[in-house]
Amino acid sequence: MAEIKHTPFYDFHVKCGAKMVDFAGWEMPLLYKGIIAEHEHTRTKASIFDVSHMGRLKFTGKDAEAFLERICTRNLAKGAVGQSMYSLVCNEAGGVLDDVIVSRFPDHLFMVCNASNREKLLGWFEKQKNGRNVNIEDQTFSTAMVAIQGPKAAEVLDSVLPDPLSDIKRYHFQTQRYMMMISFTVFRSGYTGEDGAEIVCGNSAAAMAVNFLLKGDGEHQLLQPAGLGARDTLRMEAGMPLYGHELGENGDPLSAGLGWAVDLNKDFIGAAALRKIQQDGLKQKLVGLFIDGPRAARQDMTVLKDGKPVGKVTSGATSPTLKRCIAMAYVDADCAAAGTVLSVDIRGNTVAATVTPLPFYKRPK
Amino acid sequence: MPAPADRRYSPSHEWHKQDGDIITIGITQFAVDELTDVTYVDLPAKGKQLSAGKSFGEIESVKATSELYSAIAGEVIEANAALKDDPSLVNQDPYGKGWMIKVKAPGADLSSLLSAEQYNAKHS
Repeated sequence: MAEIKHTPFYDFHVKCGAKMVDFAGWEMPLLYKGIIAEHEHTRTKASIFDVSHMGRLKFTGKDAEAFLERICTRNLAKGAVGQSMYSLVCNEAGGVLDDVIVSRFPDHLFMVCNASNREKLLGWFEKQKNGRNVNIEDQTFSTAMVAIQGPKAAEVLDSVLPDPLSDIKRYHFQTQRYMMMISFTVFRSGYTGEDGAEIVCGNSAAAMAVNFLLKGDGEHQLLQPAGLGARDTLRMEAGMPLYGHELGENGDPLSAGLGWAVDLNKDFIGAAALRKIQQDGLKQKLVGLFIDGPRAARQDMTVLKDGKPVGKVTSGATSPTLKRCIAMAYVDADCAAAGTVLSVDIRGNTVAATVTPLPFYKRPK
Repeated sequence: MPAPADRRYSPSHEWHKQDGDIITIGITQFAVDELTDVTYVDLPAKGKQLSAGKSFGEIESVKATSELYSAIAGEVIEANAALKDDPSLVNQDPYGKGWMIKVKAPGADLSSLLSAEQYNAKHS
């Protein structure tokens, strides 16, 4: 077995008393105090998440752009310098290899991918190069990344960063300097359904950055660390897909409701297969479910209509914000309309489940 | 918090405390730490007959669902009703207010279960 990897914030997690778990080969904090407490703190104040395990890849070379247009489902040409775009990476069959965010810098393109898919993607990219002039630099181990998320995220960041967060629009980014020396990039994005930013900096600046951020708001303690447990329940409430749950090589982005990130008019790997899926009509769709009762539905549980199987749960939990059980599931297209009453087989008990539009939670404006 | 010495432990992390004919069952601090925040505990009704080594209920956390096992056979005489309103009692006080069921099991022999010392040595 490969040796477990540590992010530059490992000592910080240990010092905070985090419960550590193996996640995609990285020893990561599952929680510090408790998943629900950290979830609620993120929804009401602001949390800092170590997301350094995620892959960070830099694309240069004269064909880098053409290469990524071929790899990504999204029309990247529509993104200006300073903009980030969510996209899928598909195989020839239209199956999802990963979901990524591609950001356009003046002189290169930058991709953030899932930790669990980084090596697979690097192999895939190598196979797809076909003599193109593109250089891929894996910066995962030379950089660190944190997410600051929550209604107070802007307040916290504005107290420590040279430029206000409001200067950066959603899904845009800015490279800033601290004390003229330390360069870091602030991306206005996240995976919680809250306002906030994801910050990438060099490894050597990581420890200082986290101390700086946590002390930045003085005694207010608006900012607290949160682990992967809260990250999962937060993204579920926000209706955001997670690779290995809602997304995978056996599923396609259209059925996942991600058609907005797929440009079928563009030539990319998987385009032909996805056009056919679109033409034939979707057989299944990803939906949100409110589950009756206190028992959470979990991945792979069967969804039924009138006693007959019509789908499978992909994620489920008791929602800390809504105080009821929520789930996401793929169900037959004719069962996917909001309000449709289905049921889920929860370990032998058939429990009513109502289709509901995603997301479950929207932050108040 | 180490496992208290006044009870015996199953490898599946339930504690069993014997008071005469009555055995009280709950889960250990180690199990609670693994589960994370408990959101629901499904317990058997009074009068239910339990078999040794079989599941008597389920515990849901924000992260996962797990079965609860009794190491002894017997009749459930009480389930902890307080857990219905506040499942987090299991997190707050697993060896006290977070108890789960009381089972009538005259002459039950817990000697095959782990002592606190043995359990703590395995799960510190």
